[in-house]
Amino acid sequence: MNKVYSKIESITGSVITVKAEGIRYGDLAEVDTVFGTSLAEVNRLNGDLVSLQVFAGGRGISTGDTVRFLGRQMQVPFSDNLMGRVFSGSGTPRDNGPALHDNPIPIGGPSVNPANRIIPRNMIRTGIPMIDLFNTLVVSQKLPIFSVSGEPYNDLLARIAMQAEVDVIVLGGMGLKYDDYLFFKDTLEEGGALSRTVMFVHTASDPTVECLMIPDMSLAVAEQFALQGKDVLVLLTDMTNFADAMKEISIIQEQVPSNRGYPGDLYSQLASRYEKAVDFESAGSITILGVTTMPGDDVTHPVPDNTGYITEGQYYLKNGRIEPFGSLSRLKQQVNGKTRADHRALMDGMIKLYSAYRDTLEKKAMGFIMTPWDAKLLKYGELFEKKMMDLTVNIPLEGALDLGWEILSDCFSPEETGLRTELITKFWPKKD
Amino acid sequence: MIGTKGTVEAVNGNMVSVRFDGPVSMNEVGFVKVADKQLKSEVIRIRGDISQLQVFEVTKGIAVGDTVEYTGDMLSVEVGPGLLGQVYDGLQNPLPKLTAVAGMFLERGIYLDPLPSDVAWEFTPVAKVGDTVERADTLGTVPEAAFTHRIMVPFGLYGTYTVVSIKGPGSYKLRDTIAELKDEKGNTVPVSLSFRWPVKRPIDCFVERFKPTEPMVTRVRLIDTFFPVARGGTYCIPGPFGAGKTVLQQITSQNADVDIVILAACGERAGEVVETLKEFPELKDPKTGHSLMERTIIICNTSSMPVASREASVYTGVTLAEYYRQMGLNVLLLADSTSRWAQAMREMSGRLEEIPGEEAFPAYLESTIASFYERAGTVRLRDGNVGSVTIGGTVSPAGGNFEEPVTQATLKVVGAFHGLSRERSDARKFPAIHPLDSWSKYKGIINAEKVSYAHGFMRRGSEVEQMMKVVGEEGTSIEDYVIYLKGELIDSVYFQQNSFDAVDAAVSPERQKHSFALLLKIMATLFSFPDKNEARSWFNRLRQKFLDYNGSEWQNDKFKALEKEIESTVAEQSKGLDKAAEKILAL
Repeated sequence: MNKVYSKIESITGSVITVKAEGIRYGDLAEVDTVFGTSLAEVNRLNGDLVSLQVFAGGRGISTGDTVRFLGRQMQVPFSDNLMGRVFSGSGTPRDNGPALHDNPIPIGGPSVNPANRIIPRNMIRTGIPMIDLFNTLVVSQKLPIFSVSGEPYNDLLARIAMQAEVDVIVLGGMGLKYDDYLFFKDTLEEGGALSRTVMFVHTASDPTVECLMIPDMSLAVAEQFALQGKDVLVLLTDMTNFADAMKEISIIQEQVPSNRGYPGDLYSQLASRYEKAVDFESAGSITILGVTTMPGDDVTHPVPDNTGYITEGQYYLKNGRIEPFGSLSRLKQQVNGKTRADHRALMDGMIKLYSAYRDTLEKKAMGFIMTPWDAKLLKYGELFEKKMMDLTVNIPLEGALDLGWEILSDCFSPEETGLRTELITKFWPKKD
Repeated sequence: MIGTKGTVEAVNGNMVSVRFDGPVSMNEVGFVKVADKQLKSEVIRIRGDISQLQVFEVTKGIAVGDTVEYTGDMLSVEVGPGLLGQVYDGLQNPLPKLTAVAGMFLERGIYLDPLPSDVAWEFTPVAKVGDTVERADTLGTVPEAAFTHRIMVPFGLYGTYTVVSIKGPGSYKLRDTIAELKDEKGNTVPVSLSFRWPVKRPIDCFVERFKPTEPMVTRVRLIDTFFPVARGGTYCIPGPFGAGKTVLQQITSQNADVDIVILAACGERAGEVVETLKEFPELKDPKTGHSLMERTIIICNTSSMPVASREASVYTGVTLAEYYRQMGLNVLLLADSTSRWAQAMREMSGRLEEIPGEEAFPAYLESTIASFYERAGTVRLRDGNVGSVTIGGTVSPAGGNFEEPVTQATLKVVGAFHGLSRERSDARKFPAIHPLDSWSKYKGIINAEKVSYAHGFMRRGSEVEQMMKVVGEEGTSIEDYVIYLKGELIDSVYFQQNSFDAVDAAVSPERQKHSFALLLKIMATLFSFPDKNEARSWFNRLRQKFLDYNGSEWQNDKFKALEKEIESTVAEQSKGLDKAAEKILAL
């Protein structure tokens, strides 16, 4: 019933151009080639010339292949049958399960009106002191893990997913190594979480265009679950691969490149995905944890830089630990005023002292004589790293706070901590 | 009037090329019709009979051949009573009302009236029939929240007019004609309570612009005492993400000593904007006892809103600020963040395929930033009253590198610079404004010589600290070490403020003057210690008392007791005053 076009005017990379009329921006088409059928999306109109991105890539496409416009935009089927399943960036099953067609929903829809949002108010307990005590994760937060290649960021992501109390996990994998894909699948399965997980996975060897669909598909599905009242945790790894896929395609399409070759709308593109994080007043929520690998550990690289200004904080992963400096949960003050009276003061006080410890380490490395104060700081820093920064620790927040006072009292006298007298009176451990 | 029409020729991202059939002007607003929706757009280039329009919405679904209707108007805002307390997007759509029409999500193509047209306002005429008036002259007034809102001759009516008729006292709605004016040619113009003004044209209905001299108190010690801001002046807060720009702006917006605050968020996080949206109505204005929202307008463009709407938002904000300045009020515009605004400019420029300048920003970046900040100012109006617009903009340079184009272009045109530092925020020092990098050209609340004397300890203390990094603590003299400890004391008890503490978060100018005097005396006091450990532990004790003092209510018993304790602690160790400082203390 839809008109079929059998003359492809030009092929550049994964972009093909046909002459057609009445086509709408963003419409989908199917391209039939000898290698099978692939979806394609309209991404430029110029008179009667229609440019499409072919999901399966441009390789092997012939000018004689046919293009059939579907008259609709990209969709993803939504139902409870998604649970435990794995799909590709074009929505086809990656596992051995059946293809799903029921209840298609559009992807890439608008975000929630800020006037309708509620102030984030609930903490997500993870049992990791560097998160719970120092950079509390909050329901509806969007937070990236800034990391260098080689760091165990996917391990951390999986660990948070397993320990965090949520109803549904949606994992969006972009440019994943096949091993990493299997790692997630196995870990979630072993932890018994696979049955509440939906995975959209693009692996490094899949066509680039499919990578672009992963966040939108993941978030559209997450949104539906959230509207049903579920608390959803969306894990996106790795957003730098997503941005690189955008770069690749925009350059092929001869767009004027902006900073370091990325498209000029990188910020808008990232934002429209991250802004899907939300806590619905009378329904569920979406919390987004993403991985952003920083090429060359450079936080000024356009991807982490733009990300940092969109997200509500970030966790820096360095040497297998969440760094106290630079790591930040912007929403933590929404929840840590209600946990325990000492939470905020202890959080700042311990980091201030840890910062002084780092200065002392520098002095020590340069061979200066250590003063008694330096000695105290050195003892403190070591205890802090050993007891607080270890990511394998799993203790409740209250335990971590008590541990904090324990460490302080092992190293300092009360007035050396810079904490107010009233807190010290109440929380300083009484030693026999 | 039948406007020009056109048809879509091409679509590329959010830019649409349209063939048109009549007169079209630059920056004119047009609507692209798609399905049952009309998408607002702005003409940003005209070539022959093709105009290029930046669509303020997602362009999905637009097809070649779709119709476009031009409006004949530049992108404008509606000004009149009812602006205060509103939450708008960059195109002046009232966001809370949008909920009723569009529901939970930001559906595109829905535009609502910015001002309520069904509210009755109590109008009191000021002008009389037969009066000769010019644009911005007051025709009458209506009360709006705690202010007297002037109903003025629309700013677009150039020349002189005679009042032909004017309504008597009574209640009128927004669109009711309250006066008729006759121009020199004899044409009559009806005037209602509101009119429109193009956002990219500054409102210039004043006689004279002054040098800003009066401090605008923010209740942040580091700013008011050391790097002050002036009413009618400009300042910028650059800093990497996570350095505390947002918290600083929130505190300023609540405490700044001005009549009206306008917050323009261009591309900010919804999770943070919502805090402002929900908290302001709850907060009480210390001056009036009413909700803070009654003197606030929020322009809220989150990062996921369309780029062109983000680009427009700072202009919408500053235009509303200028409008209230015409009533002799003091207005503060906080733009957060101007980097996102510049980035929106860059994105649009790229789409136009303009030759990129430094870091791919457009060549006109500097002049655009300069002309935006130049819209601030203290001005004398035609009736002799004085009003001001103060602009504070945050800048978000990559990695906190202040060499980049947006920060540099901003620094050229502002009067004060509050540079945030990553090191300070890492060490949880709030506000993370760097006391050695920042500067201000304005006059503050405390004598400049006293401030400079105190600041000297911070500077010299930091030099000693640097030196200690080379020669070690053991290689430093006890005198230098005490200077270092004095610098540390100022830093921890005066520069730093506890934003979570009800008392310490916002400090009145009186209290600032009071505790600054106490601190200054400590700076000027000579101390002698047997060794550095003694010195450090004594300063630790003093710091502890000062922190408790900062957290006690102004002038209550605990406050007074702690002040006495501080004084006696100082007296125990005092070896008299520094001779050079006696003169300064006497000022």
